[in-house]
Amino acid sequence: MSTTGLARMITRVGRIAEPAPPAPPLLAGAEVFGGSVDVRFINAGGCNDCAQEVMGAFGPVYDVERYGIRLVASARHADVLLIVGAVTRNLLEPLLRTIEATPAPRFIIAVGDCAITGGAVADGYGVVGPVSSLVDVNLEVPGSPPEPAQIVEALRRMTGR
Amino acid sequence: MTGQAVVIAVVQLALLIFVAPLLIGVIRQVRARLEGRVGPGVWQPWRDLRKLLGKNPVHAEGSSWILTVGPLALVLSSLLLCVLLPLVGALNAPMIPSDLFVIVSVMLLGVVALALVGLDAGTAFGGMGSSRHMTVAALVEPTVLLAIYALSIPAGTSTLSVIVGARLRDPAIIISPVSVLAMVALAIAIMAETGRLPVDNPSTHLELTMMHEAMVLEASGRDLAWLEVGSWLKLAALLGLLGNLVAPWGIVTDMTLWSVLLGIVAVTAKILLLGVMLSVGEVFLAKVRLFRVPELLAGSFTLALLAVTASYLVA
Repeated sequence: MSTTGLARMITRVGRIAEPAPPAPPLLAGAEVFGGSVDVRFINAGGCNDCAQEVMGAFGPVYDVERYGIRLVASARHADVLLIVGAVTRNLLEPLLRTIEATPAPRFIIAVGDCAITGGAVADGYGVVGPVSSLVDVNLEVPGSPPEPAQIVEALRRMTGR
Repeated sequence: MTGQAVVIAVVQLALLIFVAPLLIGVIRQVRARLEGRVGPGVWQPWRDLRKLLGKNPVHAEGSSWILTVGPLALVLSSLLLCVLLPLVGALNAPMIPSDLFVIVSVMLLGVVALALVGLDAGTAFGGMGSSRHMTVAALVEPTVLLAIYALSIPAGTSTLSVIVGARLRDPAIIISPVSVLAMVALAIAIMAETGRLPVDNPSTHLELTMMHEAMVLEASGRDLAWLEVGSWLKLAALLGLLGNLVAPWGIVTDMTLWSVLLGIVAVTAKILLLGVMLSVGEVFLAKVRLFRVPELLAGSFTLALLAVTASYLVA
């Protein structure tokens, strides 16, 4: 796209982000972050529908970045691990190692029914179990898949903004 | 004169420590607004820093003391830059040398420290980032040297504070072809040196396209905070230098309380204005392919070389 075309689009579109709903209460223990949370997204064996919704939450419409929440590229930078999917055998060890690589204090959010109970794939031969059976989960976002607004609300409970 | 220069240096240090996170906040906020987002506010980098400084780092198995010392070395080199460069004031004192070669070597100290941090944990992406970082540094430093050398010819010295002072006394130098060529070359070199678009994308999550980000992948907690502060300070200091070379007005040359206050306001305004321009410019730019980065930097080197040649032809 040409520079002028892009400039025209920026002025025409203006603000895409929806107005912010009222802030949910801060999760106990999350006050150490002081309004700044870095999130590492982990797909431990999901079908990518929850992943799509998470991407929606970080997109310009739901704009979770306005509450001080950012996606980061490394578990070492993260405060919160956002895990989707029932854990498959192949991803069990990478998941545990990622959690180990994250500096404390860290919080784990399980997103979607598969991560919480195993969902439709709970009895699959490749599935070890839901995330909550393998690691301590601090916050659960039920739904198959949950709406971006629910994911945004769970993340806002980490920053309190 | 030396006492006054020390006071100015302390003022610069305190100011830059305050302005650098604010600059990053402004850059991110402007970008968020242009993307249709709301943005986290200009004070978000302060919150990030406060949180990171409170976290104990996790070190990879087999990593050494470099991972702890490297970030501090980067911060130290950036703080030295803030002291040495003529930002608030252009007082020339031998105790605080703002000589071109001193500046470039102090900058290189930080570059090498960062590259060592990237190599230390022995990860694939860290090593790749370090090698790219050193490639860019090797191409950028000659351009910085040559561009400022071209600027130094009208002033007759390679001391940056004297160069800025000369431009303040005789503003006609600023719009001479030599100066314009050198400024463009210097601006491109600074963009590359501080890891901005089109050379490096500071907000990428794709490991294969990373340079600066790839080196800090293994750093966490406090170490990461120092790495961030180091690169923010460097960006703020270099933008301040660029601002003072383009528009030297407001810089302190004689020491009074009012002139120092004016100097503080002027350099803050210049840094933030350049930050906004940088942010707006970056929305319209894509990262160039890695193999085309040397072409871009060779282009800026050519501009610097032309500037030096022209300065001999004109003078």
